[in-house]
Amino acid sequence: MAGNKIYDVIIIGGGPAGLTAGLYASRARLDVVLFEQMGFGGQLLTYEKVENYPGFPEGVGAFGLAELMSAQALRFGLQVKNADVVGLDLSGKTKKVILANGVAETRTIIIASGACPNRLGVKGEMELTGRGVSYCAVCDAPFFRGQEVAVVGGGDAAIEEALYLTKFASRVYLVHRRERLRATPVIQEKAFQNEKISFILCNVVDEIKGGPEGVAGVALRDVRSSEVSDLPVSGVFVFVGIKPNSEFIPEEIARDPAGFIRTDQEMATAVGGVFAAGDVRAKELRQIVTAVGDGATAAFNAGRYIENNL
Amino acid sequence: MAGSIIEVTDSSFEQDVLQSDLPVLVDFWAPWCGPCRAIAPVVEELLADYGLKLKVVKCNVDDNPKVPGKYGIRAIPTLIIFKGGNVSEQITGAVAKSQITAAIDKVLG
Repeated sequence: MAGNKIYDVIIIGGGPAGLTAGLYASRARLDVVLFEQMGFGGQLLTYEKVENYPGFPEGVGAFGLAELMSAQALRFGLQVKNADVVGLDLSGKTKKVILANGVAETRTIIIASGACPNRLGVKGEMELTGRGVSYCAVCDAPFFRGQEVAVVGGGDAAIEEALYLTKFASRVYLVHRRERLRATPVIQEKAFQNEKISFILCNVVDEIKGGPEGVAGVALRDVRSSEVSDLPVSGVFVFVGIKPNSEFIPEEIARDPAGFIRTDQEMATAVGGVFAAGDVRAKELRQIVTAVGDGATAAFNAGRYIENNL
Repeated sequence: MAGSIIEVTDSSFEQDVLQSDLPVLVDFWAPWCGPCRAIAPVVEELLADYGLKLKVVKCNVDDNPKVPGKYGIRAIPTLIIFKGGNVSEQITGAVAKSQITAAIDKVLG
């Protein structure tokens, strides 16, 4: 980064929360830049279709929605840079965002770095990732045409991805550790009606088996009887929650035990002038619709912080 | 998207990648894959960053099933760096640029 330029706001992350923060900050005529290490959209890009975002009664394609959100923010002058944030230095009067290839200075920061899928943490998972173990059905389902696959998880993501997989796979086994699914009832109903989905409830995956040719199956354990069994499948799709992208965040920003950033209802973190928005924030409902609300609130309060403190 | 990254196919792979004098980074992608779109700008940058030291190409797995099949690719995006016709490094999923450059630097030595 050249010279001693000091931004009003630096937004970290270009998913729905970051783009909305960018939209609001740009319209407020703040000097704002958004850092993203990839293309726009964040986790939105791992989905096919969004059915619960208001304003699209027939649903909207996830790519399309990401493009619309970025176009809207860019229209109001949001600057965007492709940059890899590796740390924050919050010790001085102005805050420093440490990048892989430089440093940027700013008055306020909005952390909207999102989250990424949890691993199961079982034997075979790491070794077979990309060889049958996947965390993105929309990306990888077409590699499993006419084959049998397992989906692990019982939330919205697991069930939606299982439904998507039925377009390609001959059979989808849904493995969930509890007796009942957690997913939204509307999504559950679709899954129960789908003949290609078989439910294996009260079971956990102990190991993913396979070799150089890829996944051959999973070892299951019934949590009630402790009975073990093998399920031969050529793919395992894992949707067991998310973890925050927070490696670069210093200790003075308080987090919950899982690493999600704690904020007040104005999106303010434990450090003045640093805000958090979207999935990286500790909260109950992680959805696009809540992420955009967080983003708007964070941008508004970043502007207010500058007025009151700087 | 700048059209500067060449697309390799099942038929051109041998010549464009395996016979290449330079190490080659191949970005295996498909139009349906969001994370592939997400890393596309990063891959474009690599082309500029490494200039004449590294060849950067893309392979659409939808149109070219043979090459991904041969290398056991069942997830995209997958980036493979080939050197002397062999797989030197392989990265699955959309990862940060620093992780990709670390793999490239390892291969380039």
